[in-house]
Formats: sequence, structure tokens, C-alpha cells
Amino acid sequence: MTRLLAAVALWCGLVVSAVAGTAEPVAQDPVLEKRLNELSAELRCLVCQNQSLADSHAELAIDLKNQVRDLMRAGKTDDEIKQYLTQRYGDFVLYNPPVKASTWLLWVGPFVLLVGGVFVLSWILRSRRRDMAVAKEASPADTADRERARALLAGDGAARE
Amino acid sequence: MNKKFLIPLAVFVVLLGFLGVGLTLNPREVPSPLIDKAAPAFSLTQLHEADKTLTPADLKGKVWLLNVWASWCVSCRQEHPLLVELGKANVVPIYGLNYKDQRPDALKWLDQFGNPYTASIVDADGKVGIDYGVYGVPETFLIDKEGVIRYKQIGPITPQVLQEKLLPMIRNLQG
Repeated sequence: MTRLLAAVALWCGLVVSAVAGTAEPVAQDPVLEKRLNELSAELRCLVCQNQSLADSHAELAIDLKNQVRDLMRAGKTDDEIKQYLTQRYGDFVLYNPPVKASTWLLWVGPFVLLVGGVFVLSWILRSRRRDMAVAKEASPADTADRERARALLAGDGAARE
Repeated sequence: MNKKFLIPLAVFVVLLGFLGVGLTLNPREVPSPLIDKAAPAFSLTQLHEADKTLTPADLKGKVWLLNVWASWCVSCRQEHPLLVELGKANVVPIYGLNYKDQRPDALKWLDQFGNPYTASIVDADGKVGIDYGVYGVPETFLIDKEGVIRYKQIGPITPQVLQEKLLPMIRNLQG
């Protein structure tokens, strides 16, 4: 019985080590893997569009990461790799799109909105201040009413009529 | 009525317009930068005759369709009857790019659902798919006599796309 148990335990151990043996080394070249991770964090996965290539486990993302790794091994710079991908998938793969005619609105739009907002705000504030100034400059009718009120408060009987 | 109130109303209407248009767009359809560019070169073995290869250069002088498909792809199955019909009509040669598939599965699939392809080529590791910017199978490229990509359909070809887009373009390019 103990021999059987020992055999089972040994067999289990063998299976586990065999499975463990198939796992690939995580990073053969840590420097390159770090560079790959940094670059692929800036690249969009086209299958799951709100994830970067670094985050995505979609099959295409894995293929593209392998491709990027191969290009890095071949000595390509990050810019060359980005160019390689945009030639195939368009600017959409870049989370940080380049400034050019078609992306001009994207880059400048928020600042235009900000400047417009500041302009509208200052316009509203100025017109409000103008309204208050006008209110302070009492009209003739106002002066007469005020005189009457003062007379009433002073207890001048003549004002009572 | 104070005209000042028209300004926020106008802003609101414009915003509503943008949002309305946004609803009709499909963010999954990323315009391909390859339109009006030369079809990327490849040299791949054929699915049925593994000893033969095919390159786009072999097809110079012809208008042809390159349909990216796989036996594991559900939408391809949905699209397939239309392709079979189009293949029978003999309007345009259809070449298949069998994308990241297993040869026996692919052959079985064509036996089962019909083979509209003049030839299928095998892109087992998806490298040619990457060169063509493939990200959602099925995809179909229309390539002209000079080997320039003229149109890309992302996702299955619908009868509407075929009638209104592809067939007129094909006739135009063949003419």
C-alpha cells in the first residue's frame, strides 16, 4: 500500500514537473521585453479597441507583439515600428496620434473650446457688472422715491399728505 | 422673448447632431490605409495544391477579390453562401486567404459549404494577414488590374454591399 502511494505521489510529481517544464521562460532578454512592453502600451489592440497591445490577450495582439519583438530584434527603432504598424492599420493603432491635417481638430479642438469658454465667461461677467453699475446710478424716479422714504422715516408729517 | 436663450439651444442642437451621427458610425470599421496602395506582396502555398504557390504578381491584369477566411470564423459561414453564388456567376475571380487555420479543417469546411475560390492560399501564422492589416475575419479586398487595392470590406459582405458597392466597382475596373 505504501509503495502504491509512493508510486502515485512520484507519478504526480513527474506530471507536475513535466507541465512546469513546458512553460517558456518569461523573458529571454529583459531589456528588449521592457522596451516591448513600453511600446505596446502606446499601441491599440484592434480587436478589443479600448485595450493596448500590452494589456490585450487577443490572438491578433499576441501576433502583433511577436511581430514587434521580431522587428526590435532586427534592430528597428520604435519610430520605424510605429510606421510599420500605421502603414498596415492606420493611425488608429496609435494611442498618441500624430499632428497632421486630419487630426488637427482632435489636437486643437479642446483648446479652442477652452478659449471660447473663457471668452463667454468674461463676456457674461462684464455684462453683469455693467447691469449692477446701471442699477447703482439711480434713475430720477428712484431719487424721488428715495426722498419720500427719507421724509417718511424722518417723521415729517408733510410727506404723509 | 430674449434672444440670449437661443444660444444654448443652438449649442444643444449642434451637440445632438454630433451625437446622432455618432450613433450611426461603426467604431469597429477602421478605414484601411492600404486603399489605393499596391497590394502587399506575398508568396504562399495553395490550400488544395500544397506544392504550388501564388503571388499577387501572378494576377496582374485581372480584377480580383481577396477574401480572408478561416474555418473557425463564424461570420465567414454567414458570408459564404453569397461568395458561392458570386463564384458561380463568374463575375470576378475570388481568391481565398486561409487565415491562421489548419489545413484539414479548411479543406473539410470547403467540402461542406462549397468552394467559391479560384484558389485559396495558406497564411498559417497570420503574417500576410498583418501585412494586409487584417484584424477581423472575414475581410475582403478588391484589387485592380495593376495590383492596387481599391476597396476593403471589413466583416461579411452583405447582399447590399455586393450590389451597391462591389459589383459596380468591379464592372468599372474591368471595363
